[in-house]
Amino acid sequence: MSLRLDRQTLFLAAINGIVLVAGAFLAGRGFLDSYNLQSMAAQVPELGLLALGVMLAMVSGNGGIDLSGIALANLAGIVAFGIARTLVPVADDPLLFSWTFAALALVIGLAGGFLNGMIIAYAGLTPLIATLGTQLLFTGLAIYLTNGSAVGMGYIEPLDDFGNLPVFGIPLCFALFLVIAAALGFSLIYTRFGVQLMLLGSNAKAARYGGINERRMLLVTYTICGVLASVAGIIIAARNSSVKWDYGSSYVLIAILIAVLGGVKPEGGHGKVICVLLASTALQILSSLFNFMNISNFFRDLAWGLLLLMLLASARVNLGIWLKPSR
Amino acid sequence: MSDAISVSGASDQQRSLGRRLWDILGARPELFTLMLVVATCVVVIIANPDFLQMSNLVDILRASVVRGLFAMGVLVVLAAGGIDVSFTAIAAFVMYALTMLVINVAPDMPLVAILVIAAAGGAGLGALNGLLVHKLSAPSLIVTIGTQYVYRSFLLTFVGTALFMNIPAAMDNLGKASLYTHVSSNGVASALPATVLVLAVAALVTWFILERTLMGRAIFAVGGNPQIAERLGIKLFTVRVFVFAYAGLLAGVAGVVHVASNRLANPFDLAGMELEIIAAVVLGGARITGGSGSVIGTLLGVLLITLVSNVLIFVGIPSTLQLFIVGLFILIAGTIFTLRNRG
Repeated sequence: MSLRLDRQTLFLAAINGIVLVAGAFLAGRGFLDSYNLQSMAAQVPELGLLALGVMLAMVSGNGGIDLSGIALANLAGIVAFGIARTLVPVADDPLLFSWTFAALALVIGLAGGFLNGMIIAYAGLTPLIATLGTQLLFTGLAIYLTNGSAVGMGYIEPLDDFGNLPVFGIPLCFALFLVIAAALGFSLIYTRFGVQLMLLGSNAKAARYGGINERRMLLVTYTICGVLASVAGIIIAARNSSVKWDYGSSYVLIAILIAVLGGVKPEGGHGKVICVLLASTALQILSSLFNFMNISNFFRDLAWGLLLLMLLASARVNLGIWLKPSR
Repeated sequence: MSDAISVSGASDQQRSLGRRLWDILGARPELFTLMLVVATCVVVIIANPDFLQMSNLVDILRASVVRGLFAMGVLVVLAAGGIDVSFTAIAAFVMYALTMLVINVAPDMPLVAILVIAAAGGAGLGALNGLLVHKLSAPSLIVTIGTQYVYRSFLLTFVGTALFMNIPAAMDNLGKASLYTHVSSNGVASALPATVLVLAVAALVTWFILERTLMGRAIFAVGGNPQIAERLGIKLFTVRVFVFAYAGLLAGVAGVVHVASNRLANPFDLAGMELEIIAAVVLGGARITGGSGSVIGTLLGVLLITLVSNVLIFVGIPSTLQLFIVGLFILIAGTIFTLRNRG
């Protein structure tokens, strides 16, 4: 069991390595210098956090999915900026402002995730319909609040540093992403919550007979998804110095792609944080490589679509026969 | 004693009245959609009687045609327990590639030929969806996300990105043709577009397939429970390829109608509409988990979505709230339908 899972992690790590080396050959030495590596790392967290949310929803089983992630991320940024601006004057105390902004965004994410969880666990809607509805709800609210245009935040030093400044060579937002991923990975493997979630996802009936409170589990899971989305919202705001309702509109689909690429089973009960993390870095490196080589965005999307289909196909084809050492 | 009986009898009767209403709603979820449509209309008319003009009604019908065609396809896929998010990409692909083909190769191609090619092309791409969904045995949402990316970006990478401002004559005529022209007292002429006929035909055919053919039976059976359907001797592969091909076929036709009524072929058009269409079908009472759904309910769902996106301005609600209200409707309808199923 553990050997097989390790192989999957190794496989994704190897893909990361191969793409990096290929980048060095195809795009020149500049691809591997610290500046480019840092800029790639700083772009990972937004999508990575959303993909972790999708993973949690998928792991919980019963057609679990979260389509509302990026909508909630943008809404959290917009509402938090709107409120924080009236509470704390930016010019006087930018540090306090940044913390207020972050705290408010987390509260919005918590509330949005809680709403998803209530609708799915207690009203009994299918996750797909529930998060489709809340996606429109969150996006609609964001459009209403901003009249559909971007809201510039201006240069706020602590927030901007958080989005772009490397400390000991690692961008702060990437470090935060690693910490969150580590905490999530730990809790999925070693805590009661994680074990129960895996059981619920792989066999809901057995979990119910085993005394697991299914509704509370779902509520907690989707609330965590909401919080992850709001952290992504904070990072988006910090990196762009503005908030907008339709930022990253293609992220809904790419987050799902990353989760599937990371070996999360859409039918539930299986998923590893480390693999999703490696999948998100692999996709980012590949995306940067395309940029370096001046390949059009349309072609990149084509590659993503084919990649997703090929991954699904590879899950059907048993490669074990070819990988086993022959005697 | 007799008092107690009569009291309990009365409350039984009362409860049975409420229960009967609830049961009717259970059997005919589209009644709830109709209630939402009527409620929206009443609110709008009270707020602004100007809404009741022929030109507005015609506008709403016109705006419903492409949505309605998409929704018929999505209904059939949902009824079979699948979901399709690639149909807008199929429509964009077919409409753009076909317009390019007709202009460059056969500028005089008659409308019938154009529609047949569009339907065939759409059906082909749709069948590929069905094939992949079946062979990869993965959730159809994820498979069609993949094909959506592939179809759309293949179009933009390899076919072209420039607009066609001068569309072929046959398409142009379809867009201009009107069934009936109404001239109101203030001299405003409003024409009921002939494209409404396309939707009417599609709705009738869809109704016939779902309610009067063996394939329709098979679709609902597969949507209800694929394992049992398979044991009954229904070929899952055939049903899956059929429903996705049918959705693709309608998407291809919808693409041509879209070009005809906009007098413009823009490969970037129609993107991002898919969730709104799925919302309309779900509002119409189709269960997302399959096995249910009706043509009339779906048409009402489309009407509701079109109403919300077209008439908010009449009530003085800022149009920026449009998505919010659609989202709210979905959650309310979803909750009601779920409660009804549980009861």
